[in-house]
Amino acid sequence: MTRFAAPGEPGATMSYLPRYDHWIGGEWVPPARGRYFENPTPVTGQTFCEVARGTADDIEHALDAAHGAAPAWGRTSAAERAGVLNKIADRMQENLEALAVAETWENGKPVRETLAADIPLAIDHFRYFAGVIRAQEGSLAELDDDTVAYHFHEPLGVVGQIIPWNFPILMATWKLAPALAAGNAVVLKPAEQTPTSILYLMSLVGDLIPPGVVNVVNGFGVEAGKPLASSPRVAKVAFTGETTTGRLIMQYASENIKPVTLELGGKSPNIFFDDVSAARDDFYDKALEGFTMFALNQGEVCTCPSRAVIQQGHYRDFVADAVARTEKVTQGHPLDTGTMIGAQASNDQLEKILSYVDIGQAEGAKVLTGGHRADRGGELAGGYYVQPTIFEGNNSMRIFQEEIFGPVVSVTSFADFADAIKIANDTLYGLGAGVWTRDMNTAYRAGRAIQAGRVWTNSYHLYPAHAAFGGYKGSGIGRETHKMMLEHYQQTKNLLVSYSPKAMGFF
Amino acid sequence: MTTPEVSRVAVTPAAAGLLRELYAAHGPLMFHQSGGCCDGSSPMCYVEGEFRTGASDVLLAALRVNGVPEPVTFWMSAAQFGRWRHTHLTVDVVPGRGGGFSLEAPEGVRFLIRSRLLTSEENAALNP
Repeated sequence: MTRFAAPGEPGATMSYLPRYDHWIGGEWVPPARGRYFENPTPVTGQTFCEVARGTADDIEHALDAAHGAAPAWGRTSAAERAGVLNKIADRMQENLEALAVAETWENGKPVRETLAADIPLAIDHFRYFAGVIRAQEGSLAELDDDTVAYHFHEPLGVVGQIIPWNFPILMATWKLAPALAAGNAVVLKPAEQTPTSILYLMSLVGDLIPPGVVNVVNGFGVEAGKPLASSPRVAKVAFTGETTTGRLIMQYASENIKPVTLELGGKSPNIFFDDVSAARDDFYDKALEGFTMFALNQGEVCTCPSRAVIQQGHYRDFVADAVARTEKVTQGHPLDTGTMIGAQASNDQLEKILSYVDIGQAEGAKVLTGGHRADRGGELAGGYYVQPTIFEGNNSMRIFQEEIFGPVVSVTSFADFADAIKIANDTLYGLGAGVWTRDMNTAYRAGRAIQAGRVWTNSYHLYPAHAAFGGYKGSGIGRETHKMMLEHYQQTKNLLVSYSPKAMGFF
Repeated sequence: MTTPEVSRVAVTPAAAGLLRELYAAHGPLMFHQSGGCCDGSSPMCYVEGEFRTGASDVLLAALRVNGVPEPVTFWMSAAQFGRWRHTHLTVDVVPGRGGGFSLEAPEGVRFLIRSRLLTSEENAALNP
């Protein structure tokens, strides 16, 4: 086990600056109103830097820079843009440990995840979109002997992106990589809970990107996010967050007749058929890990498998083994490589999780393990830690219907295939799902019957580029992490060309 | 007008104090209860009318808060209300950071919902 030094401590792989301005037009720009807000680490609850508190003036400044840069950037060759994305990936690879520590310190997640998942996935994502933009082609249709329809991809121009706090660098990358590959300039607003890891990334890669192509403005949603989302100067808004803000962003976009892509969360079912328990083998072990994935990233994942739906035949033994597996999850200092679960990202997030533990018990759900704030003591005493928690109840309870966004899973049983699908689909959301079975026919039919954008089959929580990610139902609009996202950042230009010298004959 | 004795939504004194401050700064206010990711499952506070409600929304309460002349409306999508209607909600406030475009975030605090089951009397009155 290795313990990374905290940012700024002797031997640390990176340091945060005491203060961060906006990144606009390829340089650091102080906020127009001169105000900053404090940025605490959830690891200890202590403030480690202050960050520019942006307002509409800063958004306008960033939009000026983006509009200045967009025409030239949009005319660069695909090869040139791919080159930039690959250089960003290389620079991130060279600084992988520093970025992982930066992300852990700001978000509270364990460094074993940022080292093995967040940052490597972000790096690969830039490489993926560097690749697919080289391979993307327009089309032509030969309508008749004299007439040809050509379809060209064109960038939208300047796009706005609002980033969540649960995977700050990775979620920024999910949006930045396709937008840049497609030839757009970007104004990006990080979450106010995690404003600086993205700026630290810009401090590493900013010199690789033409000034004004990527602009980062921090601030509170109402002060900086709203002016960005409602601006007639953005051609599209991409947002990851929750339903009410998603609807509000659609309302703003409707005023300007602009498209949006939205990723709005879920309440993902993780279904374990009886045959999972047919043997105590590697597959059984893998399925138990799949159950325990609700604790990944402290449960702060839109696709957290927060409803475990377990068939009655093996319910009792499987749940007992799942509780035992969950109780082996090591909670501790997020910068220890042995730590499996770190701190929740903010105090209000901690409070919200605990409020759900309350209503879960009030509704009659039974706590099988956990159920409390975890007091880690020492320097972590002020941090935001929650015990991994398993509830047993039924699907009509609010803990089965609402995204708690914490390390909390609600367990229920099902009788047969039809019952499993009924429970799985009895939700307002449809982002992710898990299906565990040794029978390929069951796996296929369950996967097709579940109304969710991604059904992990005998797996969970994999996020590779080249597998589309997005929601059915209340979970949003659009598909990320796949080349199809390029078209969410592109216009289609049709040239309809006649090669006939003859008049049509109407007039 | 008097506040009905049975209500789906209540406000803690701390939340009422924050609503008075927000009213003084922004004018009439509304809540829309969010669901889903990140900052979801939390009440979002806006200037009244900022969030356009429609046929897919339910008005749960028009909250009367001392020092706030206009009632603060509390809305939720009808689909979400279908899953919440058996519970009573109390708007509270905790130290926090951020939350969509909700008005209180720059003050370093966050509205939070605390829930309990409706009593059988409340349930009879509210969910006949």
